[in-house]
Amino acid sequence: MNNTSYTITKDHNTRKPVWKFLVSELKPKGKIFTPFNIISAPVILLGIVIIVIRFAKGIGSVTNLTQEVPWGLWIGFDVVTGVAFAGGAYVITFLVYILNIKKYKSIVRVTVLNGFLAYVFYAGALLLDLGRPWNVINPIIGNNFGVSSVLFLVAWHFLLYMIAQLVEFSPAIAEWIGAKRTHKILSGMTLGAVILGITLSTLHQSGLGALYLMAKEKIHPLWYSEFIPILFFISSIFAGLSMVIFEGSISQKVFSDQVSDKNHKAHNNIVLSLSKICTVTLFVYFFLQILTFIHGKNWMYLNTPMGYWYLTEMLGFVLLPMILFYYSFRKQSLTLIKIASILTMLGIIINRLNITVIGFRWDAATHYIPSWMEIVVTLTVLFVEIWVFRWIIRRLPVLSEDPNWANKN
Amino acid sequence: MSVNRRIFLKALGLTGVALGTGKNLGAVSKPDPDKEFYAVLYDSTRCVGCQSCEVACAMEHGLPEPDMEDYPEIGKKRKEDENRRTVINAYDTSVGEVYVKTQCMHCGQPACASACLTEAMHKTEEGPVIWRDPKCMGCRYCMISCPFDVPKFEYHSPNPKIEKCDMCYDRLKKGEMPACVTDCPAEALTFGTRREMIAEARKRMNDDPELYHDYIYGEHEAGGTSYLYISPVPFDEIGFNTSIQKSSYPELTKGFLYSVPTIFVLWPALLLGLNKATKNNQAQEEENE
Repeated sequence: MNNTSYTITKDHNTRKPVWKFLVSELKPKGKIFTPFNIISAPVILLGIVIIVIRFAKGIGSVTNLTQEVPWGLWIGFDVVTGVAFAGGAYVITFLVYILNIKKYKSIVRVTVLNGFLAYVFYAGALLLDLGRPWNVINPIIGNNFGVSSVLFLVAWHFLLYMIAQLVEFSPAIAEWIGAKRTHKILSGMTLGAVILGITLSTLHQSGLGALYLMAKEKIHPLWYSEFIPILFFISSIFAGLSMVIFEGSISQKVFSDQVSDKNHKAHNNIVLSLSKICTVTLFVYFFLQILTFIHGKNWMYLNTPMGYWYLTEMLGFVLLPMILFYYSFRKQSLTLIKIASILTMLGIIINRLNITVIGFRWDAATHYIPSWMEIVVTLTVLFVEIWVFRWIIRRLPVLSEDPNWANKN
Repeated sequence: MSVNRRIFLKALGLTGVALGTGKNLGAVSKPDPDKEFYAVLYDSTRCVGCQSCEVACAMEHGLPEPDMEDYPEIGKKRKEDENRRTVINAYDTSVGEVYVKTQCMHCGQPACASACLTEAMHKTEEGPVIWRDPKCMGCRYCMISCPFDVPKFEYHSPNPKIEKCDMCYDRLKKGEMPACVTDCPAEALTFGTRREMIAEARKRMNDDPELYHDYIYGEHEAGGTSYLYISPVPFDEIGFNTSIQKSSYPELTKGFLYSVPTIFVLWPALLLGLNKATKNNQAQEEENE
């Protein structure tokens, strides 16, 4: 049903002015009372109330942050973990536009869209965590360049990478509103945006880890090492790809009306080869973790509660999914791949939280535990992102095929 | 915009003396023979724990008057917070009760200032590390980075400030000494240039080696600080973090920051090369077919 309405609007759009077309597109498509909507709508409303309180009464009124632990769930999960999951965009664009592997072309748009939205919403979550978000322009407009700060680098890279991803995605917008000439120009900019995007991603994925380099005595020695930036970068590859596999398995079902038969069949093949990349990168990561562990002479910490937790992370959420990915590729089992990708994603969440929250000030007398309001706001950010994602998928040629004229460009 | 940034980082990495860095890394990277950092020497053998410094500090900076019911006691850990920039604690040691005043250490190369992306945290030429209100965006990265956990954040304000000792920078500029130094009745605090204060500390230890533990805390901690401590007992007995590294904290991110311009030059070239190379392969394959 969606397919037909989509083609009708396309035909209309050749006659209608663009703004009228945009207004008509604002109307909701699909059912309103789905289980997801029924759960997410109240959470979002509650989240908005909490955000209003946060701006009226200060961050302390809704969070459990302390003077010793000034960054909590909003940074540790929303930003640091969320950006790792958004790493799929630079990996897939690398495969498609740099290595010219056409096989992955059908998932490149949805991955870039996911990455773009992730950055927009997680950078948005960052603004909630800033004490004075209105001053966020200071390091950008140029009156206060703190160039010796890793956070300065990360902030600029977020901004530039969002622009790069928007350029990468922009042909889909041009196809949606039927702007043929603009489409040609925007498509020509893709390679440049991809090259810039991969360079930026390399630096800020590792930069998020480098943020914590100065917190040397504050992070548990099992997680602190001077190799944090490299570990963050490598783990962003399989974190991003696991997200692509996980999100793909859901999108293929939920938006099955958008996906052509050809692409649906190709998708299984794509997932299988992605699992191969995951196996290799997980192996490299695991190997580096072992090296870091031996290099840091951390043996004495193993037989402590934090040591058991470390072993759980390394064996249960790095080694195990690596074996599962390898095995599932040999067996051509999509179910196993899904399990492996979920385990990998859990492992990334655990790893990032171990550095930013759980292992940060692990020796302090009182521990930081996020308040329920912090969790609700985190869910709000996530749910709104999914709403926007769904809105775009139903309208723009992301999962569906490009209109014929676009392929000729 | 990307070009701007690239030029910035190139300048930072290749010359290593880009404008901002020179300023932020402090005088060690910019030697100026005429200008020395000021410092405060705290002698815990003299301190009587009277809290005059706490009161003087609150008055000077318009902070709420300290609660006099809350005095230093053995076994109770008092901490600086958004309403007090300095506190005194009492410790039970091998030589009896010893008092310790804590506040910002004013590092020579402060982690907080190098962490600050808006240059709100700033190492002044005179030595104090100050926080500049209009620049701050409240990200609290200074708090993450500070090895001494000094900067405090107003969690319950819609327009929050960072509170920390600024060594009474405004008084210093008028030629006055910090308020806590002036008001200390026991002369536990001494003010002067850092070089003088280290010499003074050495002299006291030489004159009375029985009284002092032979160590100046702050001489090498975090690459050297402008608050210097001498004590009758080893510093781990009186609540000091003795695992603080002896080199400066901004040093820890230098390697990463210097690799940035390299990657910015190499990656695009490499990626473009890969793109061209694989394109040729495809064309050949198509020809062969």
